[in-house]
Amino acid sequence: MNVIETTGLGKAYGKSWALRDCKLDIPEGHLAALVGPNGAGKSTLMNMIAGLAVPTEGTVTVLGGYPAGSPRALDSIAFVAQDAPVYQNLSVSDMIHLTRNLNRRFDSDYATARANELAIPLRRKAGKLSRGQQSQVALTLALARKPRLLILDEPLAALDPLARQDFMATVMTAMADNGVSVLLSSHAISDLERFADYLVILSHGALAAAAETDDLLADHRVLTGPADEADRLAQTLTVVQDKRAAAQAHLLVRTADPGDPVPPGWEAHPVTVEELVLAYLRAHRKTPSAERSMVPR
Amino acid sequence: MTALILPPGAGADTAERSSPVPWHGMLWVTWRQQRATLVSVPVVLAAAAVLLVIAGVRVRADYGNLILRGDFNNGDWAFAQAMDFLMQVAPVLIGIFAGAPVLARELESGTFRYAWTQGLRRERWVIAKLALLGAFSAVLAGVFGEVFAWFFQPFISAGDTSVTNGLVFDTRPVVFGAWALAAFMIAACSGMLLRRTLPAMAVTLGVYLGLSLLTGSFLRGHYPVSGFWPAQSFECAWLVVLSAALIVVTARLARRRAA
Repeated sequence: MNVIETTGLGKAYGKSWALRDCKLDIPEGHLAALVGPNGAGKSTLMNMIAGLAVPTEGTVTVLGGYPAGSPRALDSIAFVAQDAPVYQNLSVSDMIHLTRNLNRRFDSDYATARANELAIPLRRKAGKLSRGQQSQVALTLALARKPRLLILDEPLAALDPLARQDFMATVMTAMADNGVSVLLSSHAISDLERFADYLVILSHGALAAAAETDDLLADHRVLTGPADEADRLAQTLTVVQDKRAAAQAHLLVRTADPGDPVPPGWEAHPVTVEELVLAYLRAHRKTPSAERSMVPR
Repeated sequence: MTALILPPGAGADTAERSSPVPWHGMLWVTWRQQRATLVSVPVVLAAAAVLLVIAGVRVRADYGNLILRGDFNNGDWAFAQAMDFLMQVAPVLIGIFAGAPVLARELESGTFRYAWTQGLRRERWVIAKLALLGAFSAVLAGVFGEVFAWFFQPFISAGDTSVTNGLVFDTRPVVFGAWALAAFMIAACSGMLLRRTLPAMAVTLGVYLGLSLLTGSFLRGHYPVSGFWPAQSFECAWLVVLSAALIVVTARLARRRAA
């Protein structure tokens, strides 16, 4: 089952497109990272998946076919928006009670136990909590709904390194315990390389790549060799990124088969997640139309 | 929404998930979120009611029951007129301070992204919240209108209870409560439309004043009913219909334009 499916998805605000022509099929069970620079369309995509924004074109369904925003979709998706909005003037226990009243399924005991575990005072007003604690409260409320899909929009941006670690630990525990699938966005890929087993790379309102992290890594490598042969070689390969030094060329290429032979006189190196993401973001920025055809599906 | 084809991966808990989130949860949600308003407005009105009762008792003691307006001393008449003016603006004040922020605050602060992604559909969230708060405003205003009507009674000369005398007609409980309801909905809808509290307050003031002036100076003269109380009922009815329409429009806006 795909937890998220989009076809030809696009959203325009006025005359400008925040996202266009987005085709995604994210299978269940993953921690999918939605990466891209600020303004790439990450929040737009997430808002549409969460049912907050209505697509201008295309379709988006969740959890095996429910239209985003439909009652059944809302029932099984928990969304924590950017900056983890909580009612500043309500206490943590009020927020727990509030969320329970707005949902059919809610595990108050879990929420209370989590707050105690995190040493967050239940009577304290949410506005008086630190950013890290507010994020944890928002995440706890979301998880207490026992969702099948958890959507987190830039949850780590405002957190210090320790709070990031705590936050991700909570997410990973929920994945292990309840099998919840997660879509998490970030503009900093370094936050996610350790966790994400599925990557969705957005750039300038378009999908640059989307696949399982391991598949992406296996399908790409960096070829290093003499610069004067690079042009000829590049014509026979799918080059994502082409970096030239004086005498040497570094080509980040996509290979159909990881067992493909390395051209004589060249050396092959595996790519890291960060290299790969940055390469796609750069390539996409330069020649968006050419890159479309290279999107691994 | 009901015509959806059940997707293949929908799972075994289909029967369970077809039961929607009950509405009554919104009672507590509304109470908790609007507690400050729900407590402070009745307190202010209760204080004003006590003041009116004291003044009303004194006026009756000083002048007896059947005295024409011309016989009051200037201070008492001025006080009564000032109170009547406050009554005329009370509905729009309720709208501005209680109605405009209800949705605009959620949109301004981003908390709508929390509130409207819960299991309860956001149309229901909007309808329940506005209906509860609107009904509360209307009932409260109606009760206060009774107190004011009692206070103001000695100041009305016998021939003054006509439909065209706004001083009396506007402040009688039935119409007064309905205007409080309408003002609240105009404000709430403006808040949803403009997504900012302050502009929503300004628009509410403008729309309310326009509508009440139009009503007082033109519409009332063209009602299909005659007599004071039939006219009150008629005005109440169209204001309630207008308010209900505004709730529907607001819920639709929330559905279409949330993010």
